[in-house]
Amino acid sequence: MAFFLETLIGGLLAGTLYSLVAIGFVLIYKASGVFNFAQGSMLLFAALTFVSLHDQGVPFALALLLTVGVMVIGALLIERLVLRPLVNRSQITLFMATLGLSFIIEGLAQGLMGSQVRALDLGIDDVPLFVHGVMLSQFDLIAAGAAVVLVVVLALLFNKTRIGVSLRAVADDTTAALSIGINLNRIWQIVWAVAGCVGLVAGLLWGARQGVQFSLSLVVLKALPVLIIGGFTSIGGAIVGGLIVGASENLAEVYIGPLIGGGITPWFAYVLALAFLYIRPAGLFGERAIERV
Amino acid sequence: MSVPVMSETAPWVLIERRLPWPLLGLLVLAFGVVPLVGNDYWLSAILIPFLVLSLAGLGLNLLTGYTGQTSVGAAGFMAVGAFATYGFLLRLPEVGLPLALLGGGIISGLVGLLFGLPSSRIKGFYLMVTTLAAQFFLEWLFVKFPWFYNYGSSGTISAPNLSLLGYDLNTPVGRYLLTLVTVLLLTWVARNLVNSQTGRNWMAIRDMDTAAAVIGIPVARYKRLAFAVSSFYLGIAGALWAFAYLGTASAGSFDINRSFQILFIIIIGGMGSIAGNFVGAAFICLLPILLSHLGQALLGGAVDAGQLQNLQKIIFGVLIILFLIKEPEGLIRLLSNTRERLRHWPLRF
Amino acid sequence: MSTLEPILQVRDVSLSFKGVKAINELSFDVRRGEICALIGPNGAGKSSLLNLLNGVYRFDSGEIVFEQQRFRRIDPLDAARRGIGRTFQNNALFKKMSVIDNLLTGLSRHMRSHFLEQALGLPRARREAEAFRLKAQHILQLLELQAVRDVPVGTLSYGRQKRVELGRALIAGPTLLLLDEPMAGMNAEEKQEMARFIADVNRDLGTTVVLIEHDMGVVMGLSDHVVVLDYGRKVGDGTPAEVQGNPEVIAAYLGAVH
Repeated sequence: MAFFLETLIGGLLAGTLYSLVAIGFVLIYKASGVFNFAQGSMLLFAALTFVSLHDQGVPFALALLLTVGVMVIGALLIERLVLRPLVNRSQITLFMATLGLSFIIEGLAQGLMGSQVRALDLGIDDVPLFVHGVMLSQFDLIAAGAAVVLVVVLALLFNKTRIGVSLRAVADDTTAALSIGINLNRIWQIVWAVAGCVGLVAGLLWGARQGVQFSLSLVVLKALPVLIIGGFTSIGGAIVGGLIVGASENLAEVYIGPLIGGGITPWFAYVLALAFLYIRPAGLFGERAIERV
Repeated sequence: MSVPVMSETAPWVLIERRLPWPLLGLLVLAFGVVPLVGNDYWLSAILIPFLVLSLAGLGLNLLTGYTGQTSVGAAGFMAVGAFATYGFLLRLPEVGLPLALLGGGIISGLVGLLFGLPSSRIKGFYLMVTTLAAQFFLEWLFVKFPWFYNYGSSGTISAPNLSLLGYDLNTPVGRYLLTLVTVLLLTWVARNLVNSQTGRNWMAIRDMDTAAAVIGIPVARYKRLAFAVSSFYLGIAGALWAFAYLGTASAGSFDINRSFQILFIIIIGGMGSIAGNFVGAAFICLLPILLSHLGQALLGGAVDAGQLQNLQKIIFGVLIILFLIKEPEGLIRLLSNTRERLRHWPLRF
Repeated sequence: MSTLEPILQVRDVSLSFKGVKAINELSFDVRRGEICALIGPNGAGKSSLLNLLNGVYRFDSGEIVFEQQRFRRIDPLDAARRGIGRTFQNNALFKKMSVIDNLLTGLSRHMRSHFLEQALGLPRARREAEAFRLKAQHILQLLELQAVRDVPVGTLSYGRQKRVELGRALIAGPTLLLLDEPMAGMNAEEKQEMARFIADVNRDLGTTVVLIEHDMGVVMGLSDHVVVLDYGRKVGDGTPAEVQGNPEVIAAYLGAVH
């Protein structure tokens, strides 16, 4: 029983990291209808920037601040050079643009900062904790805690500040938002910057877990099943989806894996997502799209 | 957007195009000149991959460019074709190479059909996720189950015997001709399909599938057909990639980066076009070479191979975005526009 | 051209959406070969009626008799196969395809050849393709669209696009053509042109036409038969002249108290 709980909770905690990544997607998708394939590369870039600065001796807080600055500048550039020229184009076109963007960011990241694996030490020891006989990872708990804090901050941002309300207006009905004078370009810049920062947090946590390396950018591919299960437009959905994916992946690997040769983690989440697609296409919390002829 | 020509109403220009001199010239070049003149490097390292990637692009284009179903799983289906053809050549050598290739394609087509089943219920991104699932699942499959690569310890496959009617094709020229003939035949078939009612149905689904359904096109059936035919092409391309180009391949030769590469070919070359795939593939094949030569010329050989790759990545990314912004119909449209302008240019004098 | 049997009979048809009755026990006949206009204020149920006739919506009660066959429900594919064609209010054309390709998509459900035959260029596929092309040519001539035969439909003027849509509905040779506001968004000249084409189609091909239209001038000039709807009910049914003088119709348009 303890083992089952361990697996479950371990999966849930891992799932919070998935949720973190997924939240970045949801933000951008909600505000601009774009599925940002480059989120993973942004994650990688953020983590690499921070690590490079830190390795050069820049103190933790300053490095963090500088990295945030870099992500903000990046968001501005992306909005100006990629999003604005492609406004009103189809979702698939925008997605492909983010695919191209991911290549650019990755090329830059590895070109400027090298492609070796970098260890990232956030000062959190990964010691096992024993709670009621169940073994948990301290790191995972802290990561989950960070995710919770982030979500709370975002919730406050969206509900209490004027920017946040404008963002929700844009997500709800872009044309109406435009007609009351909301500056769409500004909103997109902000959203992408925020997503960049979320990516930074996620990148740091992931990086601390498995080292900052190129495969970090493939984390984006894991976010897709999360978004399908939770819905593309809901942060709550991203959280729930991440937890579901994390938990079921872990459980499946442990309990079903040995039956078919193991290593099912790469694709199990997708099969799960597919099943969800059949039952509930819009995701648990998503909005259904209606088409008119 | 190919349009059938009716001879009684076609103006002279179109009749002139009826006999495609440039195409005939290219064919003569391809069949007659190249095998005699081409050196092994050009054949093996440039022409063969160019042809195979064009075929792969063509396969993906049928699904994504003509039918509008975005897929990022192209390489997975290539893998199916490669391993299936390997299976035929290994276990049923009496069927011979052409049938083994065909068999590999058919099996790949069936697998594509299977993964295309959800397309009747889901579309857009969600469907793309299915293709991603296919990609990962198939990659995993061909690593995890040694039966596919005949229990070899390295997980790789290589063609046991590439021969046709007694001729050994395992030479650069032999492989080149095999690839050329296969690609040309399949391109001819694709052209027929695309110009036919099937092709029109596909394009209708791409442009507005709800309207297509209402006017009586069986949308679900045609989507599945697109998946099947596309995977058939990709399967054969995969087999050629493994045996005519690489020589030895494994599941890793068909990873997600390969899928992206094929997607790039059709974006840059032109979605919804047959010729565009060749243009795109040429671009993808030649750009790295161009870049490394440029790098050597400009920086005198002090360019790190890794950095070159990074630069290449950046350039590709920029190009993708540029094409999407400026010319969504790809290089093929740019080329035809240029040709139109050149045609009118003398008239300005 | 008209026999005495109505080609279409709507009998006590009702349709509600979440408790709101869009169509309320509606009955009327359409004679073969006539042009019948459906008019009424906005929201009167005209588009819903058209959707019912070609099976996009299912009616809750009543029945529809088409070509002496009774239907409790129609499937859109079935409706198309039986010879009911239609156009849509918002342009449902395939924007990236050429005019002739758009027309040809209208023949898809009549396709007999298999995709493999098409892929290999086998004789049956080629014969069929040729036959289809001839039909498209005929429509191009009838609707005077030859000049833009190979142009992508998305680049055409709105009026021309509507004409292409008409052509697409016509190419399969329907006996009944449902036109949903074929002249919406057109200027006077385009409307005249469209009216002329509809009249040509009706006269040359013998197609019965049921159309929704707001422009009274067009309706009175073009149609043989007018049915007036208001709040899902029929408030007028007769020739244009009869309907024009009907006080209920006038009240519906001028908004008397209901």
